[in-house]
This record gives sequence, C-alpha cells and structure tokens, in this order.
Amino acid sequence: MKKRSLFYRQLKERGMVFVSLFALSIALGGMFWILGTTCLNGFSVLSWDFLTEPSKPYGIEPAGIGNALAGTFCITFAAALIALPPALAGGIWLAEYGKNKRFANMVRFGANTMMGIPSIITGLFIYAVFVVPAGHFSGFAGSLALAIIMLPIIMRTTEDMLLLVPNSIREAALALGMNRFRTTVKIVCRSARNGLITGIMIALARVGGETAPLLFTALYANTWCEHFFSGPTPNVPVLITEYATNSPYDLQHAQGWGAALIMMIFLLMINIGVRHFFAAKEYSK
Amino acid sequence: MQDKFFRTICFLCALMVPILLAGILICLIFNSAEAWRSFGWRFLISSEWNPAANQYGALPAILGTILTTGIAIVIAVPLSFITAFFITDLPFRYRGPLSCALDLLAAIPSVIYGMWGLFVLIPLMQKYVQPFLVHTMGLGRLPFVNENYNGFGHFTAGLVLALMILPYLSAIMRDVFQATPPLLKESAVGIGCTRWETARDIVLKYGIHGLIGGVFIGLGRALGETMAVLFIIGNVVRIPSGIFDSGTTIAATLANNFAEADGMMKSVLFALGLVLLGLSLCIQIIAHVYMNQTRKKRGELL
Repeated sequence: MKKRSLFYRQLKERGMVFVSLFALSIALGGMFWILGTTCLNGFSVLSWDFLTEPSKPYGIEPAGIGNALAGTFCITFAAALIALPPALAGGIWLAEYGKNKRFANMVRFGANTMMGIPSIITGLFIYAVFVVPAGHFSGFAGSLALAIIMLPIIMRTTEDMLLLVPNSIREAALALGMNRFRTTVKIVCRSARNGLITGIMIALARVGGETAPLLFTALYANTWCEHFFSGPTPNVPVLITEYATNSPYDLQHAQGWGAALIMMIFLLMINIGVRHFFAAKEYSK
Repeated sequence: MQDKFFRTICFLCALMVPILLAGILICLIFNSAEAWRSFGWRFLISSEWNPAANQYGALPAILGTILTTGIAIVIAVPLSFITAFFITDLPFRYRGPLSCALDLLAAIPSVIYGMWGLFVLIPLMQKYVQPFLVHTMGLGRLPFVNENYNGFGHFTAGLVLALMILPYLSAIMRDVFQATPPLLKESAVGIGCTRWETARDIVLKYGIHGLIGGVFIGLGRALGETMAVLFIIGNVVRIPSGIFDSGTTIAATLANNFAEADGMMKSVLFALGLVLLGLSLCIQIIAHVYMNQTRKKRGELL
C-alpha cells in the first residue's frame, strides 16, 4: 500500500465526513421535502366533506375522495384476504417441511423473483386472464393483482419469522404428543405471531400505495364501490394519477395533493405503528 | 391423517409461486404472439412508432428504460453507500431514528414521488438547474447533453428514481455492513486506520458481494417503476438524443397507451411487457447466480 502522510489521511477523513453528511442530508432532505410539499399543498383542501363526499366531475360541489378511500380499503383488504391463506401456508411449508429440499429452494428463488417483478406486469397479467374473460374492469380484479404482489412478500416473511422460533419449542410440543399440524399452528405460529403480523401489515402498506396494476384492473369511477365485482371501482392512487396528470384545474391538483396526504398519513401510520408495537424487540438489540 | 392433509395443503400453496410465475410468462407470450409474428426480432431494434400505419418498434422504450435506470443507479449507489456506512458507524442513539427514517422513506408510495417530481422538481429543473448545467457550466457542448430542455426528460426521471431507490439500497447496504464482524473493524482501527480507511479497505471488501446483490435489487426496482417515471419522462416515443431529452420507458408506454389500445397495439404492449419481464428476470437470475457462487467466499472470510 502506498505511504501517505498523516496530514493527508486526516484531511481525507474530514472530507469524507462532510461527504457523508451531504449524502445523508440528500436522503433525509428529500424525504422531508416530499412530506412537506404534500402537507403544505394538501392541507388546504382537508375538510369533513373532502373525506366523506364522493368524487365528482369538476365544478360540482362538494366533491371529495370518500369513495376512493372506501374503494382502496375494499380492494386492499380483499387482496389481503385472497393472499393470506396461501401465503401463510406456503411459508409454513417452506419453514417446516422444506428446509433443504431442492424444490423448496426453487420455490424460494421463485418467490424472490416474483418480488422483483415490476408491479405493472401483474396488472397486465390480471388484465389478460381476468378482465378480458370477464368483459369488464372491476375492483375485484384489482384485488387479485395486489394479491399476487403480496403473496411472495408474506410467504418469505412467514418463513423467516418461523425459522426464528427455536427448535426446542417444536421438540417440546412434539414430545408432549402433539402432531405436526397442531405443533405448527398452535405453538410455532403463535410464538412467531408478532413477526407474522408485522410482515402482513408491511405488505399491506406496500400494496396500499400501488398504482400501476390498478390502472389496468380497477380503473376509476365517480361512484361508490357498489360495482366492486362488476365495474370500475374508485381508489386513491388512480385518483391521484388522474387529478395530477389529466386535469388542468388547480382545485383538482390540490385535491390530488390532499388525497396523497391522506394516503401517506395512513401508510406511515401503519408502518410506524407496526414497528413500534410489534417489532420493539428487534430494535432494542 | 390430519398431518398429511395439512402438509399437502401447505405444499400446494407453496406450489402456487412457480405456477403463477410460469402463468405470467406464458400469458404474456401468448398475448404478444401477434406482435412477434408480424415484426419478428426486428421489433427489438426498430425505432418506428406509428399507430396509424400499425408499425411499432421497442427500441426507444428500451433505451429510455436503460438510460433512466442507469442515471438512477449512478446517482444512488455512491450516495447510499456513504449513507449506509455513516449510519452503521453512528452511536446507537442516532442510529435507531435514522434507520427508521430510511425505512419510512421506502414506504412512501411511488405515485407521490411522481407527483412531487411533476409539480416541484420539474419547474425547478427547468428554471434553475438545467440552465445552470447547460449554460453556466458549459455542459451543453457535450454530445450527450441537449441544449434544449424543458424540465421533463430522462435526467429528471433518473433523479426521482434515484431518490426512490436510495432508501432501499441504503437499508440493504446497512444490513450488509452490520454483518461485518466488529473484530475486523476494531483490528483496523487498532493498527491506526482512519474511519474512511476502515470503510474502504475492510467493510467494503468484506461486504462487497452482498453490496453488489443489493445493487441488483435496486436496479430491478428502478427498471420496472411506472408511476414515478410516467409523470416526468415526457412520454414521447423517440430515441433519446441526450439526457435532457424527453422520452419514454417501457412501463410508462404501457401505462400511457394501454387504456385506448386495441388489436395490434395491444399485442405490441404485451410484447413490451414481455421485454420488461425478461429484463427484470435476467437481472434477478444474474443476481441469484452471483450470490450463490460467492456464498462460499462470503462465508469463508472469517
């Protein structure tokens, strides 16, 4: 290695501290800039009417985002209902039965790959296999697309969380005469409960803001979500997209910011809440 | 009995992953067959995009995707490396909140990044940053920088993408750095290395494989991002002539044209989707193979 004077090395050290502070300030500054802009622009439209009234074409008052909120709620929770059972069961299989099997490794690789697939592709897929045969866009199709995104995420977190449960607990349960099914469900899953809930909520928060797949499946409508299974269903991300790009009116831009603010508050609350209540153990290490 | 039943059910659920993956691939191939039949491989290298004459080529979208992703990676990787190193080196009191802030940044939906880019960053770029870069710094003379700019384009999209993948990359790198045995770091400090030298010569070399794996994940994210790019890229189908040029990416083309497309156009869009899926699968597989090959090396260092 080249010999350098102490002065030069210390200078470089100081320089790097400045560079890292700069990098950190970009990362955090960007975040606060985005949060700040959203709050500033969105705050002015917030009112009770904004939260409860359905969206209407420009000019009709009072317009709000109530239907979009309800729609996003329906779509996301239906997606969770669809994705949860297979994702949990698949994760259990990976952790409990398929530790060193070649097929299990294939599934793991498949799940990782699926997590990396662009979300817009899932939208295309559901459009081709569900929307076209059914003949209409629907909120349910949106749920299916989101469920496909959630499936591998929950499956892998489930596996990770179950693997954290020490083997002695499994052995103790089996030694008492429980079968594998009861051991897994009653003992292992229960002791990994906090981790599982964290994983599920994080996955929910992640798909809650997904926009691209909904463009091809749920679309948007100025109705409430009575057509969840049979027609376009309103939702917040597509509403934001529509108001931000396809509208020339300042009021609708402001409403888009308002919707973004509400969505961000919800998602950040889920994230912070889950981390605070369920994952406290991990952070104190 | 109950046991076997449960095991089979779980197995079938795990089986869903490969089935879905294959299903997505087959579905895209099947739906884009018409486009491949009429354009063949030339589809990938043709730059024509003329819905009236039913002539389509994927080259502008592919180049746009690669360009924006490239810009994002070039900006985000060094920044996230330094951020991650700085965070792992901090005392615990500051590390917790900062890590948490990074995780939260990763939770902001991309449509908000896009909106912020459209309403805040683009006017700024147009009025101040791009004139400064082109005229004051004289970068306009470089061949890959346009003299004409309007705020939209690959560069701005790359910036927003970089900001978006920064938290992901930092989080992955932070985990990699935290896996460096403290013994190694302490030894380096013990023989008189400065903190930067410890970072460069010990932590970086120890974690280089995990780090490259992380970069691949960030790459995959930037590649398929739709909303953040859609608002900002300008949506013009042409080969980019410079980094300030408006253009399009595969995902943006899909989102923009899908609603009113039919017939050949729809098939072409599915073909574009297949190209995007292929790109992202390639990256995933390269990353996977690379991580597998270096697993031994990473494990054997200590």
